Amino acid sequence: MLKLEHISFHVEDEGQDKEIIRDVSLSLPAGKLIVVTGPNGGGKSTLARLIAGIEKPDSGKVYFKGRDITQWSVTERARAGIAFAFQQPVRFKGIQVMDLIRLASGKDLSASDACEYLSRVGLCARDYINREVNASLSGGELKRIEIATVLARGADLSVFDEPEAGIDLWSFQNLIEVFSQMRQTVKDRSILIISHQERILNIADEVAVLQGGRLTAQGPREEILPGLIGSPSAMKECFGYSAGKGGKTVC
Amino acid sequence: MLKLDEIQKRLLAEVADLHTVPEGAYNIRSNSQSAGRKSTANIEIIPKTDVSGLDIRIKPGTKNESVHIPVVMTESGLKEAVYNDFHIGADADVTIVAGCGIDNCGNQDSQHDGIHRFFVGKGARVRYVEKHYGSGSGAGKRILNPVTEVYQEENSTVEMEMVQIKGVDDTSRTTLAELASGAKLAVRERLMTHGRQSAVSAYVVRMNGDGASADVVSRSVAKDESYQKFDAKLVGSAACTGHTECDSIIMDRGRILAVPGLEANHVDAALVHEAAIGKIAGDQIMKLMTLGLTEQEAEEQIVNGFLK
Repeated sequence: MLKLEHISFHVEDEGQDKEIIRDVSLSLPAGKLIVVTGPNGGGKSTLARLIAGIEKPDSGKVYFKGRDITQWSVTERARAGIAFAFQQPVRFKGIQVMDLIRLASGKDLSASDACEYLSRVGLCARDYINREVNASLSGGELKRIEIATVLARGADLSVFDEPEAGIDLWSFQNLIEVFSQMRQTVKDRSILIISHQERILNIADEVAVLQGGRLTAQGPREEILPGLIGSPSAMKECFGYSAGKGGKTVC
Repeated sequence: MLKLDEIQKRLLAEVADLHTVPEGAYNIRSNSQSAGRKSTANIEIIPKTDVSGLDIRIKPGTKNESVHIPVVMTESGLKEAVYNDFHIGADADVTIVAGCGIDNCGNQDSQHDGIHRFFVGKGARVRYVEKHYGSGSGAGKRILNPVTEVYQEENSTVEMEMVQIKGVDDTSRTTLAELASGAKLAVRERLMTHGRQSAVSAYVVRMNGDGASADVVSRSVAKDESYQKFDAKLVGSAACTGHTECDSIIMDRGRILAVPGLEANHVDAALVHEAAIGKIAGDQIMKLMTLGLTEQEAEEQIVNGFLK
């Protein structure tokens, strides 16, 4: 489904080149859920943005369903079947939740169809469908609407950048259910989640660890996770264990 | 019997959502002539004799009735000033739809200056909708300079919706309001300018009695090389509340000047203004592009939503 080959990416920071992603190669087969984890500042969100096309790599190739999409725009990638949930969802004055879900689906959805997506992320659809996606919504509400837009896309590859950020304890359980359900209902579609949460890692088929811009481990969850949780280096890199909301923070 | 050509019918649909003869009272003005007029038992429309315009008298207690007074102009070079006075009786509850559409295919400027005065009786409620629209490929300008004066008696309510989205080259809008005790005024202005258009909108709202309140909100988009000025002044001379807000998106080489003004002449006058001007945020466009829209489509959606 998705293949990254030798991806590197840098930014200029106060006149100095800073390498964010260093020679990363990653493969995600169809029908799999991969969680990319690692310490803060390790390059995870940048990797997600490189996949969505928001950033372009300095070198390396991105393949999607066998096609080289390295130079494709965000729009082209979206139309080809890549959906992206932002870590910090965007607010819009005047645009209603219904409008956003309709745009995401690419169809003239009925209100009841749109409500279905909201219900799946634990929002009482009737209360939200006509709300503006503006500052009147809380961070958690926005985050769930963001996830609903990705569900409405029905894309072959859905990328979630830290979906748990800003979500409260009660919604977190619902979020796990959303991902589990996505996996079960669409067998040939793939999901990539950037996350620190053990409970999200626990539903992954594969786990990849990104540290200092490099991929330090990738493989089936059963192989990677035990080492990751027990590893002193992970402890050191990741501020140790902390009881985060709704689950233990691994990294 | 209405005699309107296709262009005039299209203009009517744009400014008054009219596709057939409206229900209730109406006067349709086309190229400085009345193309149709109807009074009802409660709403009387009488042409003025000294100047061009109408006296519209709404009986006290009239409920749930409407008046349509749209204007369409399709002759290039036509310039007119029209004086319409609305006398709204106590405790009436009515909707008034005005609006002007100009189609100018010629090289001479077309101009309509509508001077509307509203005398709103005690406890009356008025919803006023005014849309402006311009079209036509001629070099002559489409110019609209509306003046709206509102005199509200005790406990009356006026809601005004002013919309100008497309095609008007030059506008200078002046709105003056005087509010007695308990009177409420709410204004929602939506404006989009493009090309080399210029739009100036000035408000002076005087709250003269205790319990009066005013809420003047403008949302606007300035594209291309257009210019906008929003000048809203609230004057509180009693225990009253006033709020004015100007929220604008600036694009291309557009220019916007926001001049919010507050004048408090009473210790219990609570007045607030907000003004914000900015371009469309890059992450808004990016979000919509991740949904499959092009950059241009994303911009259109953001602007349409903002002006909705």
